[in-house]
Amino acid sequence: MKSQYMIKPMIQKPNSELNNSRRRFVFGASAMLALMSIPFPKNAFANALSQSLSQLSGKVFDLSIDYKMVNFTGKSARATVVNQLLPAPLLRWKEGETVTLRVKNNLDHDSSIHWHGIILPTEMDGVPGFSFDGIKPGETFEYQFTVQQSGTYWYHSHSGYQEQTGLFGAIVIDPATPDPVIYDRDYVIMLSDWSDEAPENIYAKLKKQADYYNYRERTVMDFFSDVNKNGLANTWNARSMWNNARMSDTDISDVTGSTYTYLMNGNPPQQGWQGLFEQGEKVRLRFINSSAMTIFDVRIPGLKMSVVASDGQNIQPVSVDEFRIGVAETYDVVIEPEVDNAYCIFAQSIDRTGFTVGNLTSDASLHAPIPPMDPRPVLGHSDMGMDMNGMDMNGMDMNGMDMNGMDMNGMDHSKMDMGAGEMSGMDHSKMAMGGSDMSGMDHSKMAMGADDMSGMDHSKMPMGGGDMSGMDHSKMAMGAGDMSGMDHSKMDMGAGDMSGMDHSKMAMDAAKATVSGLGLAGFGSNNEIKHIDTEFGPQVDMRADAPKSGLHDPGIGLRDHQQQFNRKVLTYGDIKGLHPTYDTRQPSREIQLHLTGNMNRYMWSVNGVKFMDAAPLEFEYGERLRITLVNDTMMTHPMHLHGMWSELETGDPDFIPRKHTVLVQPGSKISYLVTADAKGQWAYHCHLLFHMPGMFRKVVVK
Amino acid sequence: MNKTNLMALGLLSLSATSTSTAVFAGGNDDPLLTKVMLDQFEKGVDPQDPTQFSAQAWLGYDLNKLWLKTEGEYSNSDKQDFEIQALYSKPIAPYWDVQFGIKTDIKPTPNRNWAVIGVQGLAPYFFDIDAALFIGDQGRTAMRLSAEYELLITQKLILTPEVEVNLFGKDDAELGIGSGLSDISAGLRLRYEIVREFAPYIGVDWRQKLGNTADYARIEGEDTQETQFVIGFRAWF
Repeated sequence: MKSQYMIKPMIQKPNSELNNSRRRFVFGASAMLALMSIPFPKNAFANALSQSLSQLSGKVFDLSIDYKMVNFTGKSARATVVNQLLPAPLLRWKEGETVTLRVKNNLDHDSSIHWHGIILPTEMDGVPGFSFDGIKPGETFEYQFTVQQSGTYWYHSHSGYQEQTGLFGAIVIDPATPDPVIYDRDYVIMLSDWSDEAPENIYAKLKKQADYYNYRERTVMDFFSDVNKNGLANTWNARSMWNNARMSDTDISDVTGSTYTYLMNGNPPQQGWQGLFEQGEKVRLRFINSSAMTIFDVRIPGLKMSVVASDGQNIQPVSVDEFRIGVAETYDVVIEPEVDNAYCIFAQSIDRTGFTVGNLTSDASLHAPIPPMDPRPVLGHSDMGMDMNGMDMNGMDMNGMDMNGMDMNGMDHSKMDMGAGEMSGMDHSKMAMGGSDMSGMDHSKMAMGADDMSGMDHSKMPMGGGDMSGMDHSKMAMGAGDMSGMDHSKMDMGAGDMSGMDHSKMAMDAAKATVSGLGLAGFGSNNEIKHIDTEFGPQVDMRADAPKSGLHDPGIGLRDHQQQFNRKVLTYGDIKGLHPTYDTRQPSREIQLHLTGNMNRYMWSVNGVKFMDAAPLEFEYGERLRITLVNDTMMTHPMHLHGMWSELETGDPDFIPRKHTVLVQPGSKISYLVTADAKGQWAYHCHLLFHMPGMFRKVVVK
Repeated sequence: MNKTNLMALGLLSLSATSTSTAVFAGGNDDPLLTKVMLDQFEKGVDPQDPTQFSAQAWLGYDLNKLWLKTEGEYSNSDKQDFEIQALYSKPIAPYWDVQFGIKTDIKPTPNRNWAVIGVQGLAPYFFDIDAALFIGDQGRTAMRLSAEYELLITQKLILTPEVEVNLFGKDDAELGIGSGLSDISAGLRLRYEIVREFAPYIGVDWRQKLGNTADYARIEGEDTQETQFVIGFRAWF
C-alpha cells in the first residue's frame, strides 16, 4: 500500500516537557526577514505536489524491478525502478520481525538488491558473486531475514550501475523498545544524483579523459586574478606543486553538476521537495545519501540540527548547523521549526556544482529562499597527505608525486603565516599531527615568538592515541611573554590517555614520547604508515606519507565554515554512541589498508591492487580487529563494509559509535574496530559507484 | 595475461580478459574501450596551403593498449605526406607509457618502414610529451620529439602551443632528407570546446627546414620556411 510518509511517533513525551525542551532561535526572525526581502522565483515550487516517498510496511513485500522512462532534465531517459518508483518505495520494518522480500527482475540484465547496513546472513546480503548469483531476468528471488536493529537504512542494486539509474530506496526500522529519540513527525530525505547519460558512458568518458566533467580547472584568468591578490611569487609557488605533480587542486568530484541533476526524494531542484509540520512539532529528518558519486553538505538555514543517529545507530545528540553526508551514509537529525515559517533544506554537492532543495513549512504557501552555494573548495597540500601549511616548497623533490622519502626533517615552518606578533585567536584545529612520520619535524622556526599567546585554541588538535610520538617541540619558540590564556583543555588526547604525549614534555622538553603496540580500543591506530610494494607502479599516482587523522576534519570545503559563517559543522570526532560500546574487547590485530588510485588513468584500487587481482581479506570468526584506512588519494572515499559494523574510534572507548560507511578524508587516515561476528563472504568497497569496481575487497569470515 | 601475448598485440587475449570479469558486484573495472582522437584537421587560409591532419586512436585496457597514430598532408597529387604507426602501449609509470611497434611512411614515395620505440605521457607542469626513436632498413634511424601544452583561457577556450623536432641518422636523398636535425615546427592553436568532444580552432603553424634537409630543399627550389594560418577542428570520441 502506498501512503504519504508522515508518521506519528510511537513514544511521545508529555506536552510540558516538549515545550520546555523547545529551543528558541535567534535565526527565526532573521529568516522571516530574509524571506520577505529576497526576491524568490515564484515558479520554484510551482509544482506544489512534489513527490514524497511512497511507503510499504508489513512483513512481506513484493518488489518488482523494471525499466521506466523518466524526465528530470527536460529530456526523457531510461531509469531502473522498483514498483515503478524512483526512489524505490520506502520500506518500513519493525525490529525483531522476520521480513520476506520477493524481488522480481523484469530487466533484461541481471539485478540484485543489497540491504545497506542491515545485519543479516551472508546469503541474504544481495551481492552477486558473494551472496548469490544475482537475480536473472524474469526471475524472482526471495529474501528472508530477521530484523535485528532499528533506525534509518536503505537498499540498492548491487549489479552493474543500476544504482546510478534509480534503483535505490529507504528503509526505516521502528525499534522494538521505546525510541530514545523524541519526535512528533519524521520524514525521509533521500539525496541522489541523476544523469541522462548512461552510467557506462560516464565511466568510459572518465577513463578517456579523467577531468571530463571538471569545468573548474585553473585558468589563465584565475592566475592573473590570484597574482593580483597574492602576488606573483605566492601564486607561482601555490600552483607549481600541483602543476609539477600533474594534479588539479580543483579535482573534487569525478562526476559533477555538468551532467548531474541532484534530487531530493526524487525531485529535481526546480521542483523541490516539500514537507509540512505543525505547531510545536519536533521533526525528525532521516537523511540518506543514495547518490552514485555525490557527497553532499546539508544545512537548514535558520535551524540548528540535533544529530541523533548516524548510519541508523543512535548517537549522543550533537547540535550542528551543517553536516557532510558521504555516499551511502545516513544521518537522522531532529529539528524544532517555528510555526508560520518556511525552511530550506539545502544539500549542496561537495564540489559546489549543484544542489538539491526541500521546503519545510507549516504553511504550504510559504517558501523559504534558497541560499547561494558556498565557495567552491580547493584542495590543499594536506589533502595530499602532507601537512605543510605555508611551508617552503622550493627544492622539494616531488618527482612523480612520489612522496616516499620526502624529507620532513627540516620542514621549514618559518613562513607559516601566523600574523605579526599577535598569536591570540590562533586556531590549530586543523593541525593534524598523525603518524610517526612527523619525527624530526622542526618547529624551531615557527614564528611564535610573540608577546601574547592568549586565546590560542588547541581544542581540536587531534592527537588521539599517541600520534605525537617523536614529534619534537623542544625548540618551539614559545618562550616569550604571556601564555596564560593558552587553552589546551579540550585537546583531544583520548580521554586522559596521555601516554603518547605528555604535557610535561610539551613543556619544551627535548625527550621524545613514544607509544608502541596496537593502541587502545577507541583511540585508533598507533601503527606506522607503511606503503607496501604493490602501491608502487603506474596504477598509483600518490602516496600520503604523513596522513593526518581524518577524525576531526570537517572535510574539504567545510574547514573554514566555523570561522567564516559561524556554522558548527559535524565531524566524526563529535560522534559518540548512545549505547555503550557493544564489544569492549581490545583489538587483537590491525589491518592497514591504503586507498589508492591513479586519477589520470582513472584506476582505483586498495593497496595498489584492484579487486580482480586481489586475494580476499580473511577475518577469523569472533575476532575483534582494527582496520586502519589510509587515503593515498585526493578524493574523499566512503568505505562500506558489509555484514558487520564499522565501529569508528572517535576517542571514547565507552561509547564507540557503529557505522556501516566511513568517509576517509583525502590524504588522511582513520581507524575503526570490527567484531567478525558474521560468517560468510562480504563485500568491502568504496561506495562511489565508479571507484567501486577497483576499490573493492572480498572479506571472508571463517 | 602474460607478456608474450601482449607483445604480439593479441587482441584475442585482450578481449578474453573482459569476458572473465563481468559477474561481480561493481561490474568490470577495466572494460575494453576505444578512443579515437582527431587532434588536428585543418586547412591553410591561403589556397596554396595544404590540408593537414593528425589523429590517434587506442583500443584496449588500462594497462594494455593498441595505439594507432597517423598524420598526413595534402597539397596536390605530387606533394603529399602520409604516415601511420601501429604501437603497443604499456604504462611504465603513473604518467608514462612506453610504446613500440611499426611505422610506415606511405607518402612520399618510395615508402619507408620503421620499427618504433617511444615514450608518451604527461611531464610535470602538464606538458604532453611524445618522443620516439625510429629504426628503418638500410641503417636508417630517426627521432621525433614533440611537446604540447594546454593553456586554459577559460574552461572552454584553450590555447595550445606545441613544438616538434625531427632528426635523422643519415641522408635520404630520394626523399630530400638530410642527416642531423632536419626540421622544427611550432604551432599555436586556439580552440573552443563546444562540447568536450568537439572544438573548432584557428591557429598558426611555422615550419623551418634545417641543415642538410634545408640544402636539399634549396636545390629543389622549395622554401625552407613556411608559415601558415589555419582553420580546423579537433574531435574525439
